[in-house]
Amino acid sequence: MITSGTERALNYLILIVFAAFALAPIVTVLAAALSPQSAAAAPGILGLHPENFVDAWTEGEFSRYLRTSLLVSVTVVSVAVVASILSGFAFGTMRFAGSRALFYLFLLGIMVPTEAIVVPLFYDLRDLGLTNTLWAVALPQIAQSIAFGTYWMRAYFRTSPPSLIEAATLDGASPRRVLWSILVPIGRPAVMTLTVLAFMWTWNEFLIPLVMSPNGEFRTAPLALAIFKGQHVQATALLAAAAVLVALPVVILYLFAQRSFIRGMLEGAVRE
Amino acid sequence: MRHQRRYLPYLYLAPALLLFGGFLIYPLIRSVQFSLFEWDGLGASEFVGFDNYVELFTDEVLRAAFGHALVLILFFSVLPLVLGLVVAAILNRAQVRGLGLFRTVVFLPQVLAMVVVAVAWRQIYAPDGGLNTALRAVGLDALTRTWLGDYTWTLPAVGIVGTWVQTGLVTVLLLAGMGRVPRELFEAARLDGAGAIREFFAITLPSVRGEIAVALTLTIVAALKTFDLVYVTTGGGPGNSTTVPAYEVFQRAFREGAVGSAAAIAVALTAIIFVLNVIVNRIAEGRQG
Repeated sequence: MITSGTERALNYLILIVFAAFALAPIVTVLAAALSPQSAAAAPGILGLHPENFVDAWTEGEFSRYLRTSLLVSVTVVSVAVVASILSGFAFGTMRFAGSRALFYLFLLGIMVPTEAIVVPLFYDLRDLGLTNTLWAVALPQIAQSIAFGTYWMRAYFRTSPPSLIEAATLDGASPRRVLWSILVPIGRPAVMTLTVLAFMWTWNEFLIPLVMSPNGEFRTAPLALAIFKGQHVQATALLAAAAVLVALPVVILYLFAQRSFIRGMLEGAVRE
Repeated sequence: MRHQRRYLPYLYLAPALLLFGGFLIYPLIRSVQFSLFEWDGLGASEFVGFDNYVELFTDEVLRAAFGHALVLILFFSVLPLVLGLVVAAILNRAQVRGLGLFRTVVFLPQVLAMVVVAVAWRQIYAPDGGLNTALRAVGLDALTRTWLGDYTWTLPAVGIVGTWVQTGLVTVLLLAGMGRVPRELFEAARLDGAGAIREFFAITLPSVRGEIAVALTLTIVAALKTFDLVYVTTGGGPGNSTTVPAYEVFQRAFREGAVGSAAAIAVALTAIIFVLNVIVNRIAEGRQG
């Protein structure tokens, strides 16, 4: 398409202004994280202060909280992904009574906000003595990820060629073999997308770990950051460094897998 | 599969169904049950029927909270949609370089934890933070204020954070939708002498009706569910000037011992989200005819 020079210049201007709007707060945090902790601080390396990350790491006990986050995320993602593959396989390739109603139930589950379940979850799990355990923090998030994961994997299994399944079955492969030796390997992109999305949701979740671990035993990194904020109102450099530490794992994953991130979130949203 | 045993599908479904049923559907039903009682979380509970729901309309703080949610919808949803439509339409007209990089950058706010976002924006809004410094630099000292401590300005300030988070998502969603429109359609319109504005209203806008509907649901739901942003930036204050329904759920259930009231707010919020989704799905299906 032919566009005039001014129009093109204007387009780039808009592109840059918009990208700057998206980046400005991120750059602000990065700059703050590398700035001196106090006016009396030593000059630092090239005027920058990477030691803030070390200080935030030790003072905020982030090694502990990042480990908790990792434990919770790995638990949620592995259980949710396997359960979603199994249920998506059933919905996508098999006919059975009640499949429509059950699938709509899962679809409904995608829309349920965390606020709607967190109150009884806390009181019921407290009565069972499960609050302040890994399971209180992980199980509700597993259920939420399964709602989306079932929908997501069903969509993939429905598009897998029936002839492939047919042929393998004729060769004597059991459904289990068809699933794990044929469909899952060729469906790796779909499984990967689900994995990174579920990881991001779990890593960033705030309300569930806040409520389900009142004594802080299973405090995840985002929560630790919120508490760190309360304790370091004045120390913006340390707080910013801590924020970078909490965001980093997901940002790195995003930069590596941004295609499947964006596609997954948009397709999941559009539900086509 | 021909030799499939009858119980086999249910066997594959069992783990998902048990976890999903036990930790999502069951607590949802329990929320409805809780909402019909008055309970402080410890002692005996008392059945009060729909009193907690009546409270949604009579309690001043709750009315304010739902009002604030409406204001947030403007910032989380309407503003990003307008910005996204303009930017996506312009970018879609011209093949510019670096669109992939642009997409990656504007989508980035979506992947950050809300706490991180809140920490970043608190520094921008701080009394000697980025925003006030910028205003002073251009001589607008009169406009500087404590953005997160002002009865009038704190809610819009929180709203702008939502605009920042959602605009990239909306833009990328709309760009994807516009990319599906055959280019010949635009070229034909130009041959007919249509300008950029006519082209936008005649072709671009109708073609992304479905994407607009999806963008609106996602962002409205995000506005209604806002909890961590408020919890970390303002704690609902100053006074009750930035409290929202999701924050009231937390506050009442775990701080004030009004568990039934909290459950009723949560159920109402869920019902609103369901209705929104149904409406939007209708609109999006209408697109396919």
